Amino acid sequence: MQELLNYQPVLLQGAWLTVQVALLSLLLAITLGLLGALAKTSQSRILQIIATLYTTIIRGIPDLILMLLIFFGGQMLINSLSYSINESINEYFTSYDINHEWYSYLPDYIDISPYFAGIVTIGFIFGAYMAETFRGAILSVDKGQIEAATAYGMSRSKIFIRVTFPQMMRHALPGIGNNWLVLLKTTALVSIIGLQDMVKIAGDASGSTQQPFTFYLAVAFIFLFFTAISSALLKRLEAKYSIQAR
Amino acid sequence: MDFSIIINEYQFYLDGLWTTTWLVTLSLLLGLCIAIPAGILRCSENKFIRFPIWAFMYFFRGSPLLVQLFIIYYGAAQFEWLRESWLWEYFQEAWFCALLAFTLNTGAYTAEIVRGVISTMPKGELEAAKAYGMSQWQTLRRITLPNSLRRALPAYSNEVIFMIHGSAIAGIVTIVDITGAARVVNARYYAPFEAYLAAAGLYMCLTFSVIFAFKQWEKRYCVEQ
Repeated sequence: MQELLNYQPVLLQGAWLTVQVALLSLLLAITLGLLGALAKTSQSRILQIIATLYTTIIRGIPDLILMLLIFFGGQMLINSLSYSINESINEYFTSYDINHEWYSYLPDYIDISPYFAGIVTIGFIFGAYMAETFRGAILSVDKGQIEAATAYGMSRSKIFIRVTFPQMMRHALPGIGNNWLVLLKTTALVSIIGLQDMVKIAGDASGSTQQPFTFYLAVAFIFLFFTAISSALLKRLEAKYSIQAR
Repeated sequence: MDFSIIINEYQFYLDGLWTTTWLVTLSLLLGLCIAIPAGILRCSENKFIRFPIWAFMYFFRGSPLLVQLFIIYYGAAQFEWLRESWLWEYFQEAWFCALLAFTLNTGAYTAEIVRGVISTMPKGELEAAKAYGMSQWQTLRRITLPNSLRRALPAYSNEVIFMIHGSAIAGIVTIVDITGAARVVNARYYAPFEAYLAAAGLYMCLTFSVIFAFKQWEKRYCVEQ
C-alpha cells in the first residue's frame, strides 16, 4: 500500500496522459466517422467504395496489429520514402553539376512519436466504427425534413449543418457513447508502443517494488472510475436530448 | 518491401494461426459456461447473489483486457502462497494466464448478453406455453432457449469478433499466436511492415470467415422462424 502511495503522483500523470490520448483520438474518430458516413451516404460511387473499404478493412484487423503496423511499419515507410526522395533530388542535381554535394533535402530520419502514433491509430480505428454509427443516424433523419429544407432553397451544406447534423446527433449519441467506452479501454495498448501511460508506469513500478498485482489492480480501478464517470455523463446527456425530442 | 520473408517463414504464421484459434475457441467455450449461469443469476431476486455477479461483470467489462491479463500474468507472482502451491505450475505458464484472462473477460461480456436476452423475453410467449400446459423444463427447451438464442446470436457474433481481436495481446506475453509470430519475424528480419501486414491479413481472413459463418447460422434460424 505504501508503495502505491509513493507512486501516486506518477500514476496520476499516466492517468492524465491516458485521458489526453483518449479525448484526442475521440476527436479524430468523430471527424473521420462523419466524413466516412457522409461518403457512404453520398451519391458518388467512388466515395462510397472508399468509405466501405475503410470501415470493412479496419473492422477486420485487431487494434494492436494496426498500432504496431502504423508505429513501426509507418516509420520505416516514411523514412525509406524520404530517403528515396532525397536520392532522386540529389541525382537530378548531380546530373547537372558533377560537383554537387549530397544534401538531405528532407530529414533523413523522421521519428514518429508514440504519442502521435497512438492517437492517430486509435482515432483511425474508431473512425470506422463511428462511421457506421453516423451512417445509421443520418439515415434515421426524417426525409421530409430534408425535402422541406431543399424547398426552402437551402444549399446542401446548409441542409447538413442546420437540419441533418443536429437531428442525427441525437440518434448517434448512444452509439458514440458505446464507442467511447471501448476506445477508453483501447488506450491501454499505447503502453506497448512505449508511451508512458498508466499501464506502462504500473509496469515500471511493479518492476522496482515487486508488487505487480497491486499496481495493475490500481490501474484497473482507475479505468473503472473513468468508465463509471463516462457512463453517468452519457446517461445524463441522453436523458437531456431525448426530452427535447418531443 | 520484401514479402519473400513471409513466404519463407510461413510456418511461424501457421503455428500462430493455430494458437490463436484454439486459445480463442477454448476461451469462448469456457466463457460461455460461466456466462449462462452468471447471466441467469444476475436476474436473481436475491441481493446477495446479484451483487457479486454484478461486481464480476462490472470489473471485467469496465477495465481493459490488457490490464486484466497483466494482473493475472505478472500479478500472480506477488503472492507467496500461490508460488508455493501446486497452482503455480499453471500460473507461470503464459498460455494458462491468457486463457484465464480471456475466459473471464468473455464470460462477463457474454453474461451481459444473456442478461439482456432474458430480461427482454416476450412474456406473451411464456404465458402461451403455460396455457398449453407445458412444464417449466419444456418451456425452457421449446420456447425460451430457441427464442433467446435467436435474439442473442447477432450480439454474440460481435463478441466472438471482439475476442479474436482482443486475443492479439497474447503475443505481448510471449505466446506465439499470430501477433507473436509477427513479432518474432520482425525481430529476426527487422521488417515490421511486411511482418505485421501478414498478421493483419491473417486476422482479417479469420474475422471474415467467422462473420460469414454467423451470417449463415442466422439465416438458418430466420427460415425456421
